[in-house]
Amino acid sequence: MNVVVTGLGTTSPLGGDVASTWEAALAGRSGVRTLENDWAEQYGVPVTFAGQLAVRPDEVLSRPETKRMDPSAQMAIVAAREAWADAGTPDVDSERLGSVVSSGIGGVWTLLTAWDTVKERGASRVLPLTVPMLMPNSPTAYVSLEFKARAGAHAPVSACASGAEAIGMGFEMIQSGRADVVICGGTEAAIHPLPISAFASMQALSKRNDDPAGASRPYDVSRDGFVLGEGAGVVVLESEEHAKARGARIYASVLGLGMTADAHHIAAPEPNGAGQTRAMELALERAGLTTADVAHVNAHATSTPVGDMIEARGIRSLLGSHADQVLLSATKSMTGHLLGGAGALESVFTIKALETRTAPPTINVTEPDPELEVDLVRDTPRALPEGQIAAINNSFGFGGHNVALVFGA
Amino acid sequence: MALSKDEVLTGLAEIVNEETDIDVAEVTLEKSFTDDLDIDSLSMMTIVTLAEEKFDVRIPDEKVKDLVTVGDAVDYIASA
Repeated sequence: MNVVVTGLGTTSPLGGDVASTWEAALAGRSGVRTLENDWAEQYGVPVTFAGQLAVRPDEVLSRPETKRMDPSAQMAIVAAREAWADAGTPDVDSERLGSVVSSGIGGVWTLLTAWDTVKERGASRVLPLTVPMLMPNSPTAYVSLEFKARAGAHAPVSACASGAEAIGMGFEMIQSGRADVVICGGTEAAIHPLPISAFASMQALSKRNDDPAGASRPYDVSRDGFVLGEGAGVVVLESEEHAKARGARIYASVLGLGMTADAHHIAAPEPNGAGQTRAMELALERAGLTTADVAHVNAHATSTPVGDMIEARGIRSLLGSHADQVLLSATKSMTGHLLGGAGALESVFTIKALETRTAPPTINVTEPDPELEVDLVRDTPRALPEGQIAAINNSFGFGGHNVALVFGA
Repeated sequence: MALSKDEVLTGLAEIVNEETDIDVAEVTLEKSFTDDLDIDSLSMMTIVTLAEEKFDVRIPDEKVKDLVTVGDAVDYIASA
């Protein structure tokens, strides 16, 4: 069963929808800015910048919606509405429509705000919607509710691979015959003092407080950690048969999915990248492709000193000399790292790259890591070849989760 | 500090409006929360929790089921 992409949606640090986000990405703009709060003075939070949404959800949602949903679910709903409309609001039997929208962390704002309420004003002031707002399946449940998706609503959690795993699960729901259409993606709203402090405590974040827009610099020799971002990406997947029967516009096909686990360390990737490379291999194998078919890779590349090169070496070892012809993009250089939303937003970028035959740039690379042996798209977009081509989107998560998605068009 | 029923109604209507987008003018004494205003049980519990804080009153859980109409809630809060 062939699975195709018929709708795209996002709300990201670069824009409130796909068109504005893609335009900003092609222009090489950074969505990372200094945070307008006093967390540094009040709590000593050591990192003072992040990739905050370009358009706040309360600018587009009704007031009751913003009160009933955690920000992570609000962002998912904004992206899902765009993707659904973009797909032409498919007419589909509700029992054949699925929802798979993940978050890496869940309703962290709701959880921590409610705990503040308990401490400051007592348990009786905790609002009754707290549990349905904080649960990590809340975004997928709200998407299921809104679009009456009754084939199943899921939220696979694998830290920063969650959004990609959700798309993988949507792909498999259609391939296995459980659904004809699946709304899938990932979301994250974790720009809160606690997650920032915790990521900083594990030395994962860039500390370039004096240069927020230049802080996310994958593959640059002076990269010093990732930049936290927020937002959501959603894609509408559909069986090719269903899409063609309704005359839908088809962006690309989902050709392959590779998922592996490192079983090496709770946070660090396996140093030789074997699990990551195997995920890419499995995805290509399942797609029935060879490495020569790959024209573009949207890398996980979060701008950490160790992680970026493990992945890059894996890509080189998998593709061999063909890596010289593969355009590599690290879009987190512009968006920051959306954690559970990353794999989904980057799938949107990968699909747009195939559609427009344009690989988005990687910004802030002033001096590439000398070990990098893949053709990195720097500063300005570059053209992808015409004809049938394939692109890989990698996502890896704390816990040793490796997900590679292969799209083709 | 006892509040007048008008003051309670105004304050309660504001809470209902914040939570549901129902126009404050629609929130009148004879309206049933569930049948007329279409407020589900979790939203009702939210409104009760916010009303307790706003009016500095205690509305026991077992009392909430008796607050069928807006007027019931206004009477209870104004006399609490």
